[in-house]
Amino acid sequence: MRILVVEDDLEAQRYLVNGLKEAGHVVDDAADGETGLTLALSRPYDVAIIDRMLPKLDGLKVVADMREHSNTTPVLFLSALSEVDDRVKGLKAGGDDYLTKPYAFVELLARIDALMRRRSPQAVKTKLQVGDLELDLLTRTAQRAGAAIDLQPREFRLLEYLMRHASQVVTRTMLLESVWEYHFDPQTNVIDVHISRLRAKIDKGFDTALLHTVRGAGYMIRAARPAA
Amino acid sequence: MRAPGILRTQAYRIVLVYVAVFAVSVTALIAFTYWNTKRALDAQTDQIIAAEIAGLSEQYQQLGLRGLADVVISRSAHGGPGLYLLANRYKQPIVGNLDAWPGNGQKPNSFVDFDYQRRVENQFETREARGRVFALAGGFNLLVAQDVHERYLTERLFTTTLPWTVGLVLLLGLIGGALMSRNMLARLDQINRTSAEIIEGDLSRRVPMSDAHDEFDALAENLNAMLDRIERLMKGVREVTDSVAHDLRTPLNRLRNRLEAVLRHIDPASNQAPEIEAAVAETDQLIATFNALLLIAEADAGVGRGKMAPIDLAPIAEDMAELYAPLAEEKGVVLKIDPAGATMIEGNRSLISQALANLVDNAIKYTPAGGHVSVTALDTPLGVELRVADSGPGIPPEERPRVVERFVRLEASRNSPGTGLGLSLVAAVARLHDARLILEDNAPGLRAVIRFPRPAPRAR
Repeated sequence: MRILVVEDDLEAQRYLVNGLKEAGHVVDDAADGETGLTLALSRPYDVAIIDRMLPKLDGLKVVADMREHSNTTPVLFLSALSEVDDRVKGLKAGGDDYLTKPYAFVELLARIDALMRRRSPQAVKTKLQVGDLELDLLTRTAQRAGAAIDLQPREFRLLEYLMRHASQVVTRTMLLESVWEYHFDPQTNVIDVHISRLRAKIDKGFDTALLHTVRGAGYMIRAARPAA
Repeated sequence: MRAPGILRTQAYRIVLVYVAVFAVSVTALIAFTYWNTKRALDAQTDQIIAAEIAGLSEQYQQLGLRGLADVVISRSAHGGPGLYLLANRYKQPIVGNLDAWPGNGQKPNSFVDFDYQRRVENQFETREARGRVFALAGGFNLLVAQDVHERYLTERLFTTTLPWTVGLVLLLGLIGGALMSRNMLARLDQINRTSAEIIEGDLSRRVPMSDAHDEFDALAENLNAMLDRIERLMKGVREVTDSVAHDLRTPLNRLRNRLEAVLRHIDPASNQAPEIEAAVAETDQLIATFNALLLIAEADAGVGRGKMAPIDLAPIAEDMAELYAPLAEEKGVVLKIDPAGATMIEGNRSLISQALANLVDNAIKYTPAGGHVSVTALDTPLGVELRVADSGPGIPPEERPRVVERFVRLEASRNSPGTGLGLSLVAAVARLHDARLILEDNAPGLRAVIRFPRPAPRAR
């Protein structure tokens, strides 16, 4: 995947670029808003990672200009500004996701993954499937290997989010943001408890586990064999 | 300004008291003038009478009864205010312009007020007079008096118009007071409106000045100078938090990046791996503390005060109870949400959610298995409240004011995870909303209440 990184802190940029390259991506970088905008408009990228505070041209402005030029590359904002209002500003300017510094690299990778998948327009699905687990979005029912699974509404949304991002790492923060719509750090890891209850419902009593914990990162739902 | 509103204001009350004092003073002043004038006039009358008597008694001594009678006749003929009557020892009239001796004129050498009849164009008229009885040697009696009818008429007119005068003074005073306080209130209202807008978050507002250069302008000028200063300070605080955020987060970001990079490149089975993982965890703890401190500073600086919206507390309480339910269940604590009433407030949903999450988190953390925690959003006479009550060990009353301070953790809980900033953040969020964080005894356990002021109906 081609990724554009626009970040003025050179050391942060170096780690970001190295990390992304190690993860197998092709990375271009820019250290200011103008160069970033020129690159974004001249080459196709799968994802752009843009710092909000940039020299020459502010990150918000870069994205606003990209959108004005009908450039639809998914944008992940990086920012030291953590206030909810800053987040809203970023998303309003045309950003697709917002990550506050300091961030965990796995969190960044997981979000990039999620953004790239979002780009390929999916047919409106009414059914999600991972292995022998099926989720019917119309009837709001779940079943595994033909057996119905009784889910609470919030558990359903949790499972839906995981299945929409099947075979991708989904972090706790992403779950809290998408499923509960909250942007803060709970002091204790309440998300883990929700996941373990969900796991008890979908994996208990079956030979293969679908819901996996990714150490130091979050969770992933995937079939035992790579889905065809 | 509506008229009924004016009547309740301090300015109008002052005017009322002033008008009352003014009316009493005016009445007293008029009465004093009246009585004084009357006394002076009475004294004057008495002096004239005394002088006449002195003259007449001299005539009597020199000319005898006949001479006195001649003088009395000649004086009576003048038709002036002077009244005379010479009588024998039985008070039977001899000469004079009075028809009869007054009934109360029996005591010699005393002043008497009496009525007499006077013929005016074939009609008799009763008039008032004041005179002095004088006993002459030889048993004769002389009465010398003055007609005071005109003066009585004036006095009567005076006493009948006095209440009307006072009434008029009161009426004019009230109207003048209303106009005056209306003018004053308009200025005060302007100052109040501006302050309300500033409290709502628009720090750029200023109190308008008039051309009068009066006390109100002096007040407005001082307020505006104060506001300039506050705005400058707030801007300073915001700039500091922003740059602290940026300048501290950048190195923290690098630190975390480096640790992660090392972690990616070493063998997970090596000895160093757990050490570096622990270092990452420490970094995350540092970041969490830093974030909480920054959030407290921002809340105290009033960042986001201008962006408050009407929100309902009940769904937030339900959300938080739902989010923490599995955690409570896992710990063997019963978490229940109590039914709520009308719970609309003006606020920042994200901050209030975080504050409530901190309270619920604490309650579950400190409540032993088998205990219970309840979350309530409710409307009370004192305000709209969010309550989190638990059956844990509680906080001793003397410790309660201390636990909301930054980094304060009670000895017993020092080993459990946390930054020591949870309750400080709750208190800061409460302050931002003009709310109060109240820690009470739940007998047993702790009851934490965030009491929000009832949202004022928007007057605009």
